Amino acid sequence: MSNIVRGRVLKYGDNINTDIISPPQYMELSIPEAAKYAMSAIDPNFATKIQKGDIMVAGANLGSGSSRETSPLTLKHLGVGAIVAKSFARIFYRNCINLGIPVIECSETDKISDGDVIEINLTEGTIKNVTKDEVYTCSKIPPHILALVNEGGLVSYLKRIV
Amino acid sequence: MGKTMSEKILARAAAVPEASAGDILWVNVDKAMMDDILGPRVEIAEKMAEIKDEVWDKEKVVVISDHYTPPANIKQAEIVKFTREWASNHGVDNYYEFIGPCHQIMAEYGHVRPGAVVLGTDSHTCMGGALGAFATGVGSTEMLGVLITGKTWLRVPETIKVEWTGKMAECIMAKDISLKTIGVIGHAGATYKAVEYTGDTITSLPIDERMAITNMAVEMGAKVGLMAPDGKVVEYLKQRGINDGYTLVNSDADAQYCKTYKFSATDLVPVVACPHEVDNVTEIMNVEGTSIHQAYLGSCTGGRYYDLVAAARILKGKKIARGIRLLVSPASHEIWRQAAADGTLAVLADAGAIVLAPSCGVCVGLHSGILADGEICISSTNRNFIGRMGSKNAGIYLGSPVTVAASAIAGKITDPRRFI
Repeated sequence: MSNIVRGRVLKYGDNINTDIISPPQYMELSIPEAAKYAMSAIDPNFATKIQKGDIMVAGANLGSGSSRETSPLTLKHLGVGAIVAKSFARIFYRNCINLGIPVIECSETDKISDGDVIEINLTEGTIKNVTKDEVYTCSKIPPHILALVNEGGLVSYLKRIV
Repeated sequence: MGKTMSEKILARAAAVPEASAGDILWVNVDKAMMDDILGPRVEIAEKMAEIKDEVWDKEKVVVISDHYTPPANIKQAEIVKFTREWASNHGVDNYYEFIGPCHQIMAEYGHVRPGAVVLGTDSHTCMGGALGAFATGVGSTEMLGVLITGKTWLRVPETIKVEWTGKMAECIMAKDISLKTIGVIGHAGATYKAVEYTGDTITSLPIDERMAITNMAVEMGAKVGLMAPDGKVVEYLKQRGINDGYTLVNSDADAQYCKTYKFSATDLVPVVACPHEVDNVTEIMNVEGTSIHQAYLGSCTGGRYYDLVAAARILKGKKIARGIRLLVSPASHEIWRQAAADGTLAVLADAGAIVLAPSCGVCVGLHSGILADGEICISSTNRNFIGRMGSKNAGIYLGSPVTVAASAIAGKITDPRRFI
């Protein structure tokens, strides 16, 4: 992965918690099976409409609640290329990094619409909205964290150091 | 300059002379806990086998099957079996199953101690802060790193001080303190931060009640919810045969807090969190009369002995409303036995309650008490997110154990003070 991520936006609001992303009733299933029900409480079509490389964009407090890694695991399985939100809950943020999913904070996500194509520069901290021809400022991923993300997450890192 | 509990505990765990909020440290983990639902089965077993299939210190690893116990179907049974066999194959003797939610078991069996760093694959691991431990939830992959190396990196959090003073009126419980605090600070108001609960209201509470508060610190986004360990904590440990092997760490008087909130317990009335967010908190009079279908008394938040006794006091000699069910799940086997031995469970059963196994099942909609479309539950648990206890078209109100008991009698959300 380079420091640029480009993709189509799937847009959601504030407080998308882990019970929504990974409904507890389906956690006993395998990740591919459980992924069919991701986000189903608020968007029953999520699993069918998401395409590989799509970027999930949300409002404040994304990923609040449980520590369940089935949330980012199902999103990763469905092919999410990056996640942008105004703010993240702590454990969800760490889980995404550990799984190699780029997570970006951006206060201007209200300007991004469902279906827009955006291009995130992870090291410069900018988001270019290709559809609307706008540019927003976002958080940068620090080099040592980006290295972890680019390596594919914590597992690849552990394999190298152990 | 003085130091906070977090700064002191993390400096010790990282073997550095001192630490300050904002520092990123590699810390040595004192106890690593996994449950069944997010333990070995999620990434850990498979990836460990690829990297290094041995835990760094068998004594420091605890595995607890609690979410899928007792299993409701074959898939859940297979997960519990897998978890049990993984623990056995990796020489982890600290394995528990069927005896209650992990956080309660961690405390009862002495795995959470003052001054320790405790990580668990469940967000409510922060409950351990009631015993003065820096205890926090992590994901499964992060746990994998801990299991192999014994370490993880943590940013030393800034601390929010929450001060409660004054005496609570009758029928007001720690759960009301917990919910009121979350309502004011907001569900993301403490994200990445430590919350330290102080004041004479907190110190006057028994350990059971303190745990109902620290358990829910994560509902404000907090990394940990801490309370200064005192004589009551020492006594709690002593009752479990633990007389040493821990350090009582308190914040200095001149420690730096990023924010301070002050609350009066004297004025506190029963509160509930309305669907579908934990910070959607209102005084009970604003929702009194809302019809319910289920009342649930249980979980690592509201199923301790103190909670059962408080609910039994309301329910004694009364019957729950026709057409609703009151489900009770003591938070551990020890609590179950204690409440059975002194007649508390009999009082609850006489009122119409169904007493279940100690488990996480109802709280997180896995088994034993799932809600159908349009059903409303009043619950002593910690989360009311959409779809959590079953149907996405059901609603969960969070309240104290006595609020749950009073509501069960009336068949609608009811101020427990009507029963005193």
